[in-house]
Order: sequence, then structure tokens, then C-alpha cells
Amino acid sequence: MAGAAPLRVRFVLNGSSVDVWAAPHETLLAVLRDTLGATEVKYGCGEGVCGTCTVLLDGAPINACLLLAVQAAGRAVTTVKGLGAEGHLHPLQRAFVAHEAAQCGFCTPGMLLVAHAFLADHPGPTRDEIRSAIAGNLCRCTGYTRIVDAIEACAGTGKGARGEPASR
Amino acid sequence: MTRRAPGEHPAPFRIVGRPLPRFDVADKVQGTTLYAADWRLPGMLAGRILRAVYPSARIRRISVEKARALPGVAAVLTADDVPQNALHEDPTGLGLSSFATPVLAADRVRYQGEPLALVAAESEVLAQAALEAIEVEYEPLPGVFDAGAALAPDGPRVHPDRENLLIHWKLRQGDVEGAFRRAAAIVERTYRTQRVDHAALEPEAAVAWVDGDGVVTIRAATQVIEHFREIAEILRLPHNKVRVQAPFLGGGFGGKEDMTVEPYAALLAWKTRRPVRMVWTRQESLLARPKRHPFTMSYKTGATEDGRLVAQEISLLADAGPYPLLSPRVVFAALVVGCGPYRVPNVKIDARAVFTNNVPTSAMRGFGAMQVTFAYESQMDLLADQLGISALEIRSRNFLRKGDRLPTGEALETQAALPHITARAVEALGERSRPSAPSGRVGRGIACNMQPYGRTVWFRDRAQAWIGFEADGALVIRAGVTDLGGGQAASLAQLAAEVLGVSPDRIAVHIGDSALTPLAGGTFATRQLYMSGNAVVKAAGELRAMMIPVAASLLEAAEPDVQFADNHAGVIGAPKRTIALARVVKECGRRGIPTALLSGFQGEHAAPIDLETGQGRTFPDYTFGCHAVEVEVDAETGAVRVLKLAACHDVGRAINPQSVEGQIQGGAVMGAGQALMEEVALEAGINLTTLFAGYLIPTAMDVPDVRPLVVESGEGKGPFSARGIGEPPTGPPPAAVAAAIQDAVGVRLTDLPMTPERVFDAVRARPARPEHEARGKV
Repeated sequence: MAGAAPLRVRFVLNGSSVDVWAAPHETLLAVLRDTLGATEVKYGCGEGVCGTCTVLLDGAPINACLLLAVQAAGRAVTTVKGLGAEGHLHPLQRAFVAHEAAQCGFCTPGMLLVAHAFLADHPGPTRDEIRSAIAGNLCRCTGYTRIVDAIEACAGTGKGARGEPASR
Repeated sequence: MTRRAPGEHPAPFRIVGRPLPRFDVADKVQGTTLYAADWRLPGMLAGRILRAVYPSARIRRISVEKARALPGVAAVLTADDVPQNALHEDPTGLGLSSFATPVLAADRVRYQGEPLALVAAESEVLAQAALEAIEVEYEPLPGVFDAGAALAPDGPRVHPDRENLLIHWKLRQGDVEGAFRRAAAIVERTYRTQRVDHAALEPEAAVAWVDGDGVVTIRAATQVIEHFREIAEILRLPHNKVRVQAPFLGGGFGGKEDMTVEPYAALLAWKTRRPVRMVWTRQESLLARPKRHPFTMSYKTGATEDGRLVAQEISLLADAGPYPLLSPRVVFAALVVGCGPYRVPNVKIDARAVFTNNVPTSAMRGFGAMQVTFAYESQMDLLADQLGISALEIRSRNFLRKGDRLPTGEALETQAALPHITARAVEALGERSRPSAPSGRVGRGIACNMQPYGRTVWFRDRAQAWIGFEADGALVIRAGVTDLGGGQAASLAQLAAEVLGVSPDRIAVHIGDSALTPLAGGTFATRQLYMSGNAVVKAAGELRAMMIPVAASLLEAAEPDVQFADNHAGVIGAPKRTIALARVVKECGRRGIPTALLSGFQGEHAAPIDLETGQGRTFPDYTFGCHAVEVEVDAETGAVRVLKLAACHDVGRAINPQSVEGQIQGGAVMGAGQALMEEVALEAGINLTTLFAGYLIPTAMDVPDVRPLVVESGEGKGPFSARGIGEPPTGPPPAAVAAAIQDAVGVRLTDLPMTPERVFDAVRARPARPEHEARGKV
């Protein structure tokens, strides 16, 4: 395994082209964190259970721990840093702050991305629909109520355009 | 009514009591917060641990030569390579005994997953290959896998040189036998709680390196930077040659209170002289990191005909795993609050923890007080049933009041607003829901609790804080607190902002560095607001007192008329007479008056309790609460769904109401998880739940919105009369859910978790009776 020849992988990360070498067994999570320094993507379980490593792949949420890096070739990967940053926060990010929908913040990047993708397709969701949408993303701190509050507050704002990083 | 804090703070509050957004959350939503595993240093190695396969075995041989010879492997360490291969613990804090816990197992392993060897290599893949190249020859030995069996006189011993009984605390008050003879109703029942994993979303992680000054530095996900001392002992270095930094944590819940990765990462960095990163996988965290203690709790409770408690006889038995860790202190907390928030004149409690070859157990949010809540609240309901009174009635006849004697003989010094708290929780449930299906049965239940905040008084707790102005009027706080995600840092800024009139966005809080921030004691025991909050308020008050005369002379006003607000010093009642605080700071400099200082807060302290009777001073104070729940039980499948959960706690004063509500909501859901689904399953010491897919914590679909209800009695021992709220909300849900299940389907469960199987079996075993009627107890 250690000797497997690395492969060249090119994809788009938060709107910018990246060109990296990855071993065939390496997950997208490992390449994002260790090769590209995208530490906003978190390791939580490596089993696809907790959702902390959620990124958007061509706009759809996936667990980066379950995807091989080579499978991302030619595709667009969005992390929470592609959603918004200081000075131009995404409405969901602002709502998470206002509602204190994050405590330790470890699940937050994945939670925001799932919420973003969900709202793009469901402009006026019920609270139960929001709960269903985030059920693959575990949070141990908040008990979820405030996360649902924050997502609900952003419903219908039309700012959930799927997969598009916030303009810089 | 206005309230003044100790010192000279003018009322009313400007900043305290407002739901301010937390500065750390603003960073976290952008993904810019660097957690322990996110740190990178040049030439960093990957560190891994080889863990024991058997829960009880002799190590005949361990061969590391092949692993050491692999390319890219920088170090392979075993017990022989650890300068002092023992963590010396004083399990009670009373100097009664000492215990040496091995850092790496040498000749014997005592639980599955116990660390045996360490590897540092150029990559995670190479480190894994090195682990696989280490050869270990085991001789499996009989083990102790049941806490009850551990007490058998002829059974195997976990430690050959000592008995399996780790600790036996006793509490004796009044005449229990006599009181039972006179009781009109007696309920006897045994309750069992399960092993629970903290399941913080951030796995244990650290980066360690030997810094340019020769100081071994560990940047770790830890609740307690003071562990630098133990690491120094292990490395046989002076204490001032080891430094622990704690960045913001991805959750702790007590799981990062004992050391986790720190000594191992430190050993590898110290040996290799290179930076080493160690991140535990979720699977090894589930396998081997300490859990919440499973308790077996036998309760005998007696009451008069009108429902007044006369006696409690309680036996608590906790499975400690093979090493003490914090087990003696966990069962001590359980002993102190074993009767709950009720007056009981005659009490006998025996609280034991025993060694086994099961996974170690130690601190977890609720810390012993959580487990007993399930038992004492269930007893209250069963007594009420027997006496034909309601759950509310029996509680209200026995609630503790300020000034009452606790079973330890000490007086309750602050208000216990339990009637009000309970009424609020019950009221919040609103209209009773209708079943969603023909097989659905709706039921309701309540549970009250009390949880200590602050350390046991004989530990003589202390916290320090440094506070100072910069030349531009911005403020800096340095405090050795760790922030687990509960807003520990942000709340310190909010407190200082209140006292010094600096806006929170002009305050920088530096936390969690054993070399550079004054030590504050770890974040555990719901102590940080109480201890460091008081320390910061005290420091800020002292600083204000030094600067007020200078401001008064600049403003040409009398000192009592000067206030600090909105980054300015001003004259009360004269809105236009203000000057910037920066101007006051400058003038202080000109006059040689300091604008920075170190202060400290000494927690309450007292002599140890009487060991034979448990009488004496124990904890500084308690937080009281009540949860009311409504559930729907599917009578055909046993599945329980929580429909409503209202959680009410008296926090004395809410420094940041939004953060307080967050603690209540999150704690209640953690308690609901323990009530219904979570369990670390062991079979003869072998962990069956080492996948996150097998260890279930609540998802957003498993729990309802939690309605947080904040009561501010104005009495507490924290800053501005606040009480701690980190742990308390975890306690009530299991008992409240058990009561609601009974209300719905007429069976009382005594074992956690209350899975569909258990509920189904209990319903099926229930004596046949006509159509069950909801009794509407709540």
C-alpha cells in the first residue's frame, strides 16, 4: 500500500483549480486536509456516520471520508470556506452565529454545507424536513434545536444556490 | 431591584444578561478555528499506539525490532523506554492511598485497548505498517468482567497486590432502621445504568514538539492544561520544561479531563526530537478511552402516609475498569446527592467502585450525580403510586429549601427554587398530544435533580486571571481556562466588559496555555464560570478601582460619580462629560499607575468529611432543575419517541442567556440519548461497539425541540450570583422518560437504555388488566 504509485488528480476547490498527487487509496478527506491544508473539513469517524467531513461535490453533500480522492477528478468540491468568509458571510453562517447554533463548532462546517444544499432544493421546509435533512450530521453539543432554528431562519431567502461558492 | 456584585459594580447590568453572539462561533462558522488535529509543523511525524487485543493477559514477549527497521519509522517505544512508566494518583485526594497507573503496559494488560507501544513514522500509512510489524505474545488470563463479581472473595484480582475494591464511601445520618419501622410506605428497587461514551465529535488529538527553548510543548485537545505536571513526571523533566496548550476543543464532556493523547505524543516528540501529531481514530476512541460509569443502585425509600420521606438506604456500585482515574470522585459525588433535592432525615449510603478488566471509566458530564438521578426520581414516582398521590405532590412535600440540612449534615446555603422550577417545566408541556397511530400511547413524566458545581471543598480550588488595558483602550484577558465549546472564553469577555465598560469586541481573550496564561484549573466539575468567572470579575474590579481616581481627576468629578461604559469614562447623570478609556490608560501611565494586574479567586474550602459518616462540607453549591417530557410509546413495538421536552434550571443569573439555553438544550439531549439508545456494549471485556455505526447517539430525527426554561433566582456563588449550568441538564431525562413510559403503558423500567426491546418485554410481561388508562400524573 505504501508503495502504490501516486496519481495526478485535478479538481476545483472552492472555485479554484487544484492539481495534486494522491495515492490510489487516499480519501478525499485526507487529500483535502493533509495535502491541501483544507483543515476546515473535519475528521470525525471515517465511517461515513457522523457527517463532520461533509463537502459538496458538484453541489451535492457527500462524506469526504468515503470518497477516494481520485473520484473527485474533474469535479467541483466546496468546503465551508467556499460558502462565505469574513466580510461576506453566507446567510446561513450569519444565522448560525445569531442563533448560537454552534457550540464546539466541530460539526458546523458539515452542517452548514448540508443545510445550504438542502435549502437550495427546499425553499420552504418544515422543521421536521430540516431535521430529516441534517440527520446524517451528528452534533453532540447543541441538541439540534438551535441548528434547526438557524436553518429555518434562512429558508426562503433564495440564497441557497446549489454548489455555487459565494462571490468573492 | 438592582443587584450589586461583590466589589463596586454599579447596577443595572449593561452587558451581563444579554444574548451576545460569541466571538468564537463567528470563527467556527467560517472554518477558521484551528483545532488540535489541524496544527501542522515542518517535519511532523505521525504517532500511533499499539493497543492490547485481550482484556486480561500476561505479556510474554513484545518484539519491536522489525518495526524499528522499517523505512520511515523514527521511533518505536515500549514500557522500557518511558523514563517514569507510572502516573501516580491519589484517588481520593485525601492522601489515603496512592496508585501507580502504567503509561504503557509492561508485563500485563488489564483492558482491551490498553496502550502497549508507540510508533512515530513519516506518514500515517508507515506508522500503521510499523504497528503491524510489532510482535506481541500474550498469555490470556482470567479476568473480572462484572462489578458484582469483583467483590467475590475468591475471584480473580485485577491487581495481584490489592483487592478489587477501589473505594468505599459511607454516609450515615440518623436512624434508618427505626425510620423504616415507622414508615407507612416503603419502596425497594434496584436500578442499572449503562456505560456511555462521550462521543465528542472531535476525536482525541495533539501535536507535540520540543520547542526552541527545550520545552516539551503539547498542543492538545484537553480540558486540563495542568496535566503538564504529570507529563513532566513521566519524562522526568522539571515541571517548567513541559508546556500544554489547549486550542478550542471540539467538545469534551469530561472525556478530555483525564489525559488522552498527551503523554504519548510527548514521549514520541521527546524521543525523536521532531514534531509528532497523534490523532486517535474514532474506533480507538470508542474502544479504549474512558466511559461513563455503569452503576448498579439499590434503593430502599420510606415515607409517611402523607408522603414525607423518612429514610433512604442506598447502595451504589460502580465499575471503574482497571485503574482509578476519577472513579473515587465520581462515586463520591453520587454519594453526596444520592437522595436528590429532597429532605431526608435518616440516610445510609454505601458507595463503592471496584476494579474490573472492562474499559476504564471516569469523568463524564453529570459525574455520578447523573446516574443517581435515575434512581432517586424513579423511587419518588413509585412511592407516589403506592401512596396514591401525584408525582408533583410527593416532590413538593419534600423539596429542599435554603437552610435545610443535606444528608452530609451541611446546610444548603442558596435558594432551591424547586416548586417554581417544577411548575414552569410542567406548564411548558402544554396540551397533551394525541397518539399518531392506533398502537401509540402518550405519557408524561417529570424528574428533578441537583448537581454540584465547583470542586469538592477539600481540593482548595483556585483560579487566576490576568487582565490589562492596551494603550488604545482595548482590553486583554489571560486565563488558563480551556474552552470546550460552551462559551467559556466568551463569557469571561462578557463579564470583564460589564465591569470595565469595554465593549466585548474590544476584548481579546487568551486562554489555555500553561506557560503563558495564569493557571485556572481545568474546565470540569461545572467550575469554570464559578471559579474563573469570579477571578475575572475580581481582577476587573481591582483594575477599575485603580483607574477610577485617575478618571475622576481627568473628569473633575467625584469618584463615586464616575462610571466606565461604552469604552469611555463618564460622569453619571452627565452624558456629555466623557473621555475615552484610552485617555485614562494614558494618564495612568503618566502617573505610574498600573493598568494590568493578576488576581485570583479562592473557591470555598474546608476540611475533609468524616470518612465513617460522610458528615462535613462537600461541594460549594448546587444547581437545581426539573425536566418534563411527553413520549409516545408504540405498544406493539416498544419504540419510544420523545414528543416534548421542557428543561428548567435555576442558574442564579444568566450571564449570556443564549449560551445558558444552549447548555440546557444540549445537556437534555445527551440525557435523552442515555435514556433511550446509547450503550457501550462489552462481552467479557471485549468492546462490541467500536464503530460509530454501532454506538448510537441522538440524531436530529431522534429528539424534539428542547424548550429551555431559565430561572434566575439571583442566588448562586458564581459571578453576579450565577450558578454553573454545564453538567446539570444531563441528569433528569432518563427518569423523566421512564416516568412517561409508565404513564403511557403502565410499566416502570429500571435499566438503561430503555430500548424498544426492553419496553416491549416489559409491556408483554405486565400483568393483564383492562384497557390502560393514562393517569395524567403531570
